[in-house]
Amino acid sequence: MPDLTYRQAVSAGLAQEMARDERVVLLGEDIASGGVFKTTVGLRDRFGPARVRNTPISETAIAGAAMGAAMAGLRPVAEIMFSDFYGVCWDQVAVEMAKARYMTGGQFGLPLVVRGANGGGLGFGAQHSQAVENWALCVPGLKIVSPATPADVVGLLAAAVRDDDPVLVFEHKALYGTKGPVPDGEHVLPLGSAAVLREGDDVTLVALSLTVGLCLAAADRLAAAGVSATVIDLRCLVPLDAATVLASVRRTGHAVIVEENPGQLGWGAGIAAILAEEAFIDLDGPVVRVSGGNIPLPVAAPLEAEVSVSTDRVVAAVSRLLDVPVPAVVSLA
Amino acid sequence: MTTGVDTALALHLHEQMVFIRRFEAKVDALYRQGRVRGPAHLGIGQEAVAVGAASVLRPGDRSIGTYRGHAHALARGAPPDAVLRELLGRTGGICAGKGGSMHITSVEHGYYGSYAIIGAHLPIACGLAWADQIRGDDAVTLCFFGDGTTNIGAFHEALNLAAVWSLPVVFVCENNHYMEYTPIADVIAVKQPAADRAAAYGLAPLCVDGNDVDAVRAVIGAAVDRARNGGGPSLVEAETYRHGGHSAADPATYRSTEEVAQWKLRDPLLRHAEQLCASGVSDGDIEAVTTGVAAEIERITVEALAAPSPSADTAWTDMWSDGSSRWRN
Repeated sequence: MPDLTYRQAVSAGLAQEMARDERVVLLGEDIASGGVFKTTVGLRDRFGPARVRNTPISETAIAGAAMGAAMAGLRPVAEIMFSDFYGVCWDQVAVEMAKARYMTGGQFGLPLVVRGANGGGLGFGAQHSQAVENWALCVPGLKIVSPATPADVVGLLAAAVRDDDPVLVFEHKALYGTKGPVPDGEHVLPLGSAAVLREGDDVTLVALSLTVGLCLAAADRLAAAGVSATVIDLRCLVPLDAATVLASVRRTGHAVIVEENPGQLGWGAGIAAILAEEAFIDLDGPVVRVSGGNIPLPVAAPLEAEVSVSTDRVVAAVSRLLDVPVPAVVSLA
Repeated sequence: MTTGVDTALALHLHEQMVFIRRFEAKVDALYRQGRVRGPAHLGIGQEAVAVGAASVLRPGDRSIGTYRGHAHALARGAPPDAVLRELLGRTGGICAGKGGSMHITSVEHGYYGSYAIIGAHLPIACGLAWADQIRGDDAVTLCFFGDGTTNIGAFHEALNLAAVWSLPVVFVCENNHYMEYTPIADVIAVKQPAADRAAAYGLAPLCVDGNDVDAVRAVIGAAVDRARNGGGPSLVEAETYRHGGHSAADPATYRSTEEVAQWKLRDPLLRHAEQLCASGVSDGDIEAVTTGVAAEIERITVEALAAPSPSADTAWTDMWSDGSSRWRN
């Protein structure tokens, strides 16, 4: 089981799928030379320029060409370099590919993936740091995947490529450098199956992508204070594995949802609504959300940290909810 | 005097144009009776573009169009009764009641749909053509849009991508001189909305009289042959005119009666009928086409109006590839 970085896992997952299915083709800006985040390194040399196509800076054309190619039987994977750029091609994503199958009475499939770098934490500023998975969650007809580990990058990317519907894969740019084991051989995970990463009795932490690591670190600190937390990585927002979340919250009686996107109408609001409607009698306290700030992301480190989710904020929220003292940060030194 | 084969083809094209004209006139009448669900954008006056273009395609070629798309679907062979039922919201609609007038689609006949966001389907056409290019097929994609589309970003992104990738796609601008309620001349800095932009993508400025079905066949046919033989994309501007308003709800009072009358003298159906006569086809044969079409449209109208509405629970099917619309467990 080799260790790969999250960014290497992207190219490994794409290579795995391109090797098994020649209908899988890639398009995007700078991808032929490996991409600005080095997530497509080596793919053009291995699979050739016909299947790994550089595009102009034309997100509308990229997304639209992916859609047309999928309608004609290919399985394209389009890169939107920074997910902020979804704003440029939102018509193609939200109004064309999300609706075309339905509005034609199912006359064609749209087996396509749009993937790219999502989220903040690296000082890229207001226009290159947004976590926008909640935009997609407002649009029926899009599947939404956001992996937290290199192994999940491979497994979920493979599942997205093999799925017959449009799937948006939100990779996290602050995770690209993280490393982890990836299973040998072909690795595919189901879509819509959350991972319970840690089992505890006192509170359920619901996480996605970047916030998975924050929640695991928070659970460690809480354990030192005698609080035992379950950590669930949703992995997908659509299909949503609500059953796993509901089952856990019914057991722990407490839920803290940790999302990077702004809280105004983040995906956590949808999870909270499900818990309120379907697990109300099992709750021993309010459903709590820890979200990104309702503000554009600034650049200077203390400013960005001020408005972003963090382990400290998760720990503080759980402590408030359970009415226990906030555990001290344990020095690593 | 033309040959028998030519005459048969000419009569076939004439029948298609007459059929589309009568079909849309029927849609207009049904709209005014409140029987059409949602808007209806008619292309009465523009039939020669759809019919001429479709006639140079082969089975396996792809076409794609806009919300003013009835003609393009019918010209590729989409079953008119299913199209009409879609417009009326009855069972048997070609999009199962989920598309309506603006989204008529018949993939079975190579028509990949009608899209209602201006410019959105031009990049999609690039993707259709890219798939054929990658597979090494010699299929060609034809993409229809109006003059108003030439001002939106997707037009420019798609034309550039098609040119850079040398895609087998022919873009056909149906220049009917009005973007919705506004003269196109008021909102472009050049004279011809498509042809004058072609140079920006390294393409030739191709223009054709869109009210002359034979001219359409010649110009688009040559562009299709070029695309099929690896010569890359073309941009064709077909000059035409819609006799009615932007949609069936638009009385088009922004146009002078003189202007409309002038264009009706150039009606593609009248001109084609004159050509048929000149080539030796009898008035009786031409009249027989019209009579047959009228009877067929009456028959499908009666049947469509007698058909029940779709069952409400079918609203929840067809979103995902497994047929469901379930988003969570």
